[in-house]
Amino acid sequence: MRLLKALIVVMMSLSLSTAIAAEKELNVGFIYVSPIGDAGWSYAHDQGRKALAEMPGVKTSYVEAVAEGPDSERVMLNMARKGYDVIFATSFGYMDPMLKVAKQFPKTKFMHCSGFKMADNMGNYFGRMYQARYLSGMVAGGMTKSKTIGYVAAFPIPEVIRGINAFTLGVQAVNPDAVVRVVWTKTWYDPATEKEAAKSLLDVGADVIAQHQDSPGPQEAAQEKGVYSIGYNSDMTAFAPKAHLTAPIWNWAPFYKSVIEQVQKGTWKAESVWPGMDTGIVDLAPFSAMVPKELQDKVMAAKADIIAGKNKVFVGPIKDQKGAVKIAEGVMAPDQDLLGMTWFVQGIVGTTE
Amino acid sequence: MFRIRITKRQEPLGWSSCLVLAAALALSLALSGLLLSLRGTPALDGLSVLFRGAFGSRFAVEDCLIKAIPLFLCSLGVAVAFRLQIWNIGAEGQFALGAVGATWVALSFPGLPGFILLPAMISMAALAGGLWGMIPAILRQRLKTNEIIVTLMLNYIAILFLDYLVYGVWKDPTSFGFPMTPEFSPQAVVGKIGSTSINWGLAHCLVLGVLVWICIRYTRIGFELKAAGDSVRAARYAGIPYDRLVVMVMVVSGALAGWAGFIEASATINRLQPSIMVGYGYTAIVVAWLARLNPLSIAVASFLLAGLRVGVENLQLDLQVPAAFGGIIEGLILLTVLAGGLFTSYRVAVRRK
Repeated sequence: MRLLKALIVVMMSLSLSTAIAAEKELNVGFIYVSPIGDAGWSYAHDQGRKALAEMPGVKTSYVEAVAEGPDSERVMLNMARKGYDVIFATSFGYMDPMLKVAKQFPKTKFMHCSGFKMADNMGNYFGRMYQARYLSGMVAGGMTKSKTIGYVAAFPIPEVIRGINAFTLGVQAVNPDAVVRVVWTKTWYDPATEKEAAKSLLDVGADVIAQHQDSPGPQEAAQEKGVYSIGYNSDMTAFAPKAHLTAPIWNWAPFYKSVIEQVQKGTWKAESVWPGMDTGIVDLAPFSAMVPKELQDKVMAAKADIIAGKNKVFVGPIKDQKGAVKIAEGVMAPDQDLLGMTWFVQGIVGTTE
Repeated sequence: MFRIRITKRQEPLGWSSCLVLAAALALSLALSGLLLSLRGTPALDGLSVLFRGAFGSRFAVEDCLIKAIPLFLCSLGVAVAFRLQIWNIGAEGQFALGAVGATWVALSFPGLPGFILLPAMISMAALAGGLWGMIPAILRQRLKTNEIIVTLMLNYIAILFLDYLVYGVWKDPTSFGFPMTPEFSPQAVVGKIGSTSINWGLAHCLVLGVLVWICIRYTRIGFELKAAGDSVRAARYAGIPYDRLVVMVMVVSGALAGWAGFIEASATINRLQPSIMVGYGYTAIVVAWLARLNPLSIAVASFLLAGLRVGVENLQLDLQVPAAFGGIIEGLILLTVLAGGLFTSYRVAVRRK
């Protein structure tokens, strides 16, 4: 009898302690490469963070404008030491520092955006932004008169190159002769440099400006010249209402929520995930009224095809700039090739170096 | 009515100058506290979080020391040139080339034992940085070019050269096309001191700092620097080889920045990648001026400035103060300390009329 009593007490205290464990507040830290007020990349991630902060039992914080390299390692170490349970790092250059920190803190869960390295407690994630890029390319292709589209791009890394290629394929889907001219800024976030780069593209006759940058600088340049523009990251209409046609945008909230729910339930595993438009992680911002109804319908039909899995964007035949077939007829490029893409498709003026 | 009279001090202000410095720092911190409370963060809490993040734990102090190492070396370098009134704004580029030189050795001879490989990497880094410093010096003495502009422009060339290498010939084939060299072999990595996270670069700083101090203080070259820095014509008249002196300080200046590049590449990143450039070469100029070009003060100033940068991250994480606030505090400190210089070299008297 006494044994039974003792057992019951032990059982109760155990269940109580697990109940307390479940109620323990989850601390979630984010580290951003640029300031969050920029309507760009970090802004989009921070919208996701804010959605997490509204979940019960979740506390969030962030550090913005952290340089890739040793600085980011220190910031992540600081978070881990302070007992943050989950850390999201949202720039490619945070990958190696995060791996180093993850090895030192095996109980902390690490999530890295846009890289490829993993550990038992470090997963990576990204979204198939190229799908939305393709659709925005269709809009640009339908609106250009000079058949020259300018693209202000940050760094010649696979993520950006893949986006430019998908965009160009979208352009060619509605306007086979149009060319896409690329200028590299070698910065993710520098409003003045981005704007200057856009101006240089306007000078060579571009009449639609697209961007893989985090500030609305290129949008402003397009509006000042009186031509069209395609935004990025979030709906940038407010910055250039007379130029902005649409934008491929990020919607991180549902994804971040699902990760945190997994952590709360204890089902989280280190994985490599790359969800697409069907999950809503990437999308196209609402069209401006300047986009004709006909073109809008065409793009929306393509969007439905992408969501249904009928249009995979990178399906051959696709040639590189020299005309060599890189993706054979009818073949869908495997994810591995997309993640390591270092060549431009035909129809792009510029180099990947 | 009051009248303010400002007269030049005949004798240097001794220990009281520390008082001026302390007052300047206190004023800048008070202003920072005021700004914090204006945005709704309790000022004292904010400043205490800032200090605890920077110096409040063993980890924090270690983090600051690690960050102070490259800052100290670059700053020591520019200070040597500034003493001769040669305005070397090119530490950033000399740092980049130092990293390139060290990386070249590390990648070419990965199998050498550490006691040969590391000195070879250091020599190459110092040589590359030194030569990069020599170019503007020779141009200045032969063609009378302005060294401020030439050193500044050479920065861009050096950084683009670094980019060219990591995006091209040195790119790690296993990096999915991302710009980074392969990781260095273990022999090419500067180790950590004992159980700390601080690398042996700290010892390099100590030795180099003492050497520069001895040179400035006790050798003929040190005296010539001072004489020529005060008046070029007087120095020439006294038979001091001014042209040779200019070339020498620029080479030393560049070599020290190059050495910093070596430590960053070897000890903290273990490879070369574009994110190695975080502006140490420019921050070094601020540090050198704050420290009035004195090696010991440079050590203190680089540690404090590193602490400020580290502390601001803590401030962001705990109280969600924007990153830009760090820049504001830094600016305030520089402004008040430089303005405080008025009181150390001039006597200010207020008299009633």
